[in-house]
Amino acid sequence: MTPAAHSISEMECRVVGHTWVNDSYRHLVADAPAIALTARPGQFFHILCPADSVDSPFLRRPMSVYRVDRGAKRIEFLYKVAGAGTRTLAVLETGDLLNVFGPLGNGFSPAVDARHAVIVARGVGLSTLAPLVEAAIADGLECTAILSARSAEYVMSDDYLSGVGASVTTVTDSDGTSDVERVEALVRGLISDHAADFIATCGSNRLLFMLQRVCAELGVAGQVAMEQRMGCGLGMCFCCVSPFRSGGELVYRRVCCDGPVFDIQEATAW
Amino acid sequence: MVDLSVRIGDVELANPVMPGSGTFSEVMESVIDFNRLGAIVTKTITPDVREGNPQPRVTEYKDAMLASIGIPSKGPDHYVNEMVPYYRQFTSPLIGSVQADTVDAFGELVAKISVPGITAIEANISCPNMEQDGRAFAMECGPTERVIRRMKDATDLPIWAKLTPNVGDITEVARAAEAGGADALVVANALLGMAIDATTFRPKLGNLMGGLTGPAIKPVILRMAYQCARSVSIPIIGCGGIATVADAVEYMLAGATAIQVGTANFIHPDAMIRIIDGLPEFCRQQGMSRVADLTGALKLGNADRPARDAAI
Repeated sequence: MTPAAHSISEMECRVVGHTWVNDSYRHLVADAPAIALTARPGQFFHILCPADSVDSPFLRRPMSVYRVDRGAKRIEFLYKVAGAGTRTLAVLETGDLLNVFGPLGNGFSPAVDARHAVIVARGVGLSTLAPLVEAAIADGLECTAILSARSAEYVMSDDYLSGVGASVTTVTDSDGTSDVERVEALVRGLISDHAADFIATCGSNRLLFMLQRVCAELGVAGQVAMEQRMGCGLGMCFCCVSPFRSGGELVYRRVCCDGPVFDIQEATAW
Repeated sequence: MVDLSVRIGDVELANPVMPGSGTFSEVMESVIDFNRLGAIVTKTITPDVREGNPQPRVTEYKDAMLASIGIPSKGPDHYVNEMVPYYRQFTSPLIGSVQADTVDAFGELVAKISVPGITAIEANISCPNMEQDGRAFAMECGPTERVIRRMKDATDLPIWAKLTPNVGDITEVARAAEAGGADALVVANALLGMAIDATTFRPKLGNLMGGLTGPAIKPVILRMAYQCARSVSIPIIGCGGIATVADAVEYMLAGATAIQVGTANFIHPDAMIRIIDGLPEFCRQQGMSRVADLTGALKLGNADRPARDAAI
């Protein structure tokens, strides 16, 4: 009997790199089989976090893919060590096996005739948006990345994103450049002066609400990548529902399989 | 060649492994081959369209998941018009799962989904989330017998009664379900529990209480499956913390004819396939040619006794 071709799989991936980016974030690189390399920007993997003597995470943890390196056959994650799952994940060493299930969910989908994509990333949202930058530029789009963080130390990937051809603007709380009004002025400028026609965001409700307003006012398409606590990651358990605006009413959708990328106007919170 | 087939009343299954209701959906087709499953049990449907419970819906413990989903349902018409035709493309028997608020509503719902393509109906008379304080039909004998009888009157299909573990003596409810005409018992649904965040003083679940599932509850439900198997003459389908071949075998030894894999599907989505692949090898190692011979094969008494007796 020939096994059916399955597009989603549980895989053991050999860790080939795992480093601290700053005091909160780690960058994990792992060898990945062909199915994992099909991951699109905005999709995620459901990660089995190993138990240790303190934490025993039972459920998998959803983690968006930070980079797919098809040449080197590797997938990369950039994550904040924040809870039991990421604490145990953080101790994986080079050579250890990382158990991932995926790729899952729907990724970003700029219109085929989009010309200039703008990503507005706050904190951990960057790891979800970074692969969109690389893919958009590969598809011939101009791309601008606005990276917002507490301080310069937490601005990540600016060199990587510049390197793939994006215009990168960093704003931080510590130097007073990250307030919503300033970011709004930046976005409006990109739309009016640089023909930005697709906005993607992740990581902040304040930025999401501002972008919803600006996109609605100026008729610009946008998408948001959502976070939610998940059970199965596949749409079976209905743990990860969130309310969305649809046809004048609120409807509950599963973040894992109806998203995690949604139309920016439908989201009610990041 | 090990014979994996089992029989639940009149229903013959190619193997004893099926998903627990609510832990499976059509999206699994991207991960596993549905035709390999002993049966397919779909998510519980209700007579009305429901959104389900408020967030947060899930939290976790060591080897356990505590969840309160609240049966979001698209109703019977969607099930009959969309789900049944979809699942008919697979060879595995389709088991529909139903839940309702009243005896009559259970009967009407069962009648509505008794369509070609459905092999049996699992009556979720035990879901702990929907009733006040988590109460359910299967917490009492009278309502259990009445609701099962009403469903049997409404359909010619076999009715499998899914019992709740949240009772004092599950064997009384098991006998009531059998008296009502149940063709099999699914033992059991989730253990009712709750969790509090000690830093915020707030419940960890939006619905306050939820169902505890996963390997941590296996010893409790295994005990109940054993007790039920000794108390009724209809088949038992074991369901509680099953994730491995050994778990499945334990339930069968305790008296289960078949088993359901639930929460394990969320952790290892091919858990059912791993069990189906592993059962023949297990049987060969035990010198058994039929997996059905495991049912009730538990050996009681002290294994050391003959040696001790001989030493005296």
